[in-house]
Amino acid sequence: MDPKNTQGKHLSLEPSAGYDRKTIDYIQNAAAHGLYEIRGLGAKRALPHFDDLLFLGASLSRYPLEGYRERCVTKTILGTRYASKPVELDIPITIAGMSFGALSANVKESLGRAATAVGTSTTTGDGGMTNEERESSKILVYQCLPSRYGFNPDDLRRADAIEVVIGQGAKPGGGGMLLGQKINPRVAKMRTLPEGVDQRSASRHPDWTGPDDLTIKIQELREITNWEKPIYVKVGATRTFNDVKLAVHAGADVVVVDGMQGGTAATQTCFIENVGIPTLAAVRQAVDALEDLDMIGKVQLIVSGGIRSGADVAKALAMGADAVAIGQGILFALGCNSETYVQGGEHHSALADYEKLGTRPGYCHNCHTGKCPVGVTTQDPILEKRLEPDVGSKRVRNYLKTVNMELTTIARACGKQNVHHLEREDLVALTVEAAAMARIPLAGTQWIPGQEFGQR
Amino acid sequence: MSEITVDLAGKPVREVNRLLHDPLNGVTTVNVLNPDGAHNIAVGVNEAVKVEIHGNAGYYAGGMNKFADIVIHGSAGTGVGENMMSGSIRVKGFASNAAGASAHGGLLVIEGDAGLRCAVSLKGGDIVVDGNVGSFSAFMAQAGRLVVCGDAGDALGDSLYEAVLYVKGKIKSLGADAQEEPMTEADFTGVAELLAKAGLKHDPKSFKRIASARSLYHWNADADQEY
Repeated sequence: MDPKNTQGKHLSLEPSAGYDRKTIDYIQNAAAHGLYEIRGLGAKRALPHFDDLLFLGASLSRYPLEGYRERCVTKTILGTRYASKPVELDIPITIAGMSFGALSANVKESLGRAATAVGTSTTTGDGGMTNEERESSKILVYQCLPSRYGFNPDDLRRADAIEVVIGQGAKPGGGGMLLGQKINPRVAKMRTLPEGVDQRSASRHPDWTGPDDLTIKIQELREITNWEKPIYVKVGATRTFNDVKLAVHAGADVVVVDGMQGGTAATQTCFIENVGIPTLAAVRQAVDALEDLDMIGKVQLIVSGGIRSGADVAKALAMGADAVAIGQGILFALGCNSETYVQGGEHHSALADYEKLGTRPGYCHNCHTGKCPVGVTTQDPILEKRLEPDVGSKRVRNYLKTVNMELTTIARACGKQNVHHLEREDLVALTVEAAAMARIPLAGTQWIPGQEFGQR
Repeated sequence: MSEITVDLAGKPVREVNRLLHDPLNGVTTVNVLNPDGAHNIAVGVNEAVKVEIHGNAGYYAGGMNKFADIVIHGSAGTGVGENMMSGSIRVKGFASNAAGASAHGGLLVIEGDAGLRCAVSLKGGDIVVDGNVGSFSAFMAQAGRLVVCGDAGDALGDSLYEAVLYVKGKIKSLGADAQEEPMTEADFTGVAELLAKAGLKHDPKSFKRIASARSLYHWNADADQEY
């Protein structure tokens, strides 16, 4: 009851499920502005996810490894199909493609240094390759996107792998977006755009349409780089079974599948929340496609979209992924949505800047405004200094190290000397939805919805 | 001054690309015989060398070219000169779709017609087409110039940024945000120079200028005006 109601008068406060406060706010915001909401980060709605899976640890029927002492291999090799120089990673956890433009140059440098320190790769984004990230990254994946902003043969030749981006999980079917306030002179020059325009990248590649053309495009990239570098094909998760098969047919060394929990620096909310399928459903379809083509172990699978912890990585690997890519988790590690930022060795409060954006730490998704209170997703000359590469790289390194230790903890508990030995048989599902999507039996049963009992 | 000839009959395109990517040791001209529509001929060249392709080329001929001067004595498939950085490519015959897509620099000359999406996503290169261009040409073109001596198809210059288009013949329709503008002295001079470089004889005075009306540069002019 309303605390101000001292008259004992009956107040009817029955909420509507269809028109809850969030929906009313959405309608009234649309009415006030005549423009859909654009925001950053990924889907916020509850989705079936890796949380809905559990591991069956070792017991009498399986033999565990000692948690700390015994060796558990995390080495991961990507691009063994055609590339003469496959990518060798010390851990199966990579940093996802995020653009310079969406992120500051300091952040890109931090990611390169952190990835190098833990022996993994980082990835460029829809804004070309910066010197900061090339120089700080031992292994750098260079994206070939529909926009082709800043794309050039010199950077192609100095990349360690090439990722042809068809789409991303946050917005399969949509191109990149960078609002004018983030198009500063350097970003504008790299993208050949006028300063301050609201940039809407192309959603289709300019020089090919469909999988047969993609085959020739991939051959071109291989010819230019003398068949040295692994070529990844990244798809946003939708018709994943078919898309993965087509990517393999087109000649990919590695397929990257990005589920709808994947992040973005700017996309329409209606797009983020309503297009694509959850990572959990996508990973199973992707593995099915590779099994169907007898490509397990020949074409590697990277899964991304909502990977947060070592448990998530372990579950993705158990389901058949060879590696994962993390985007948003990395941003949170840098300090995204933190109350403070670290500058000159001291913590400073960022609360007033969250307030100006009409939000609070823990809820902020204002990457698109360029006014990131902690200096992560900004091109503002004052704000970007709030993320110092020394601090950022250490935090990301710590995070990746932790995730990897968690991964090996689970692998050892399941009796695996190598994280890549985790398998579907190690998993059970907690919910009927997860059981159906992942085709993993419901815990304590052998039941997979849609299948005969006992069939896998 | 020395010349090398590679006969692609029965050979993979790797042969010619390996040769062009390795140190050229004084070779100034590479002749490619029997290209027979092979894809990806002379892609990623990074040297000032002449490449003469004697026949028809498949997709992406001269893709990502830097410094080289490439002549195709025949027609070219999709994406000829895509993402070219510098140098030149001349197509003696026709060019298929997406000719000069996303080219950052250099000069692409097409003596015949070009297909759909010619100069799509152009980022600074110059393209001169003696014939017609297909629909959706210069879609989302960001910088550089497209000169069309024949006619243009539908939706020319849709979602243009700062690239400028010059058309001598008829334009079937303009795309979103593209508009015809008066030719200035600088435009006449620029067109005359490009025609001279391309070796084509047309009167610069007979061209129209198409550029962006810039009304799509910002999301929505009415946004943030509360009602």
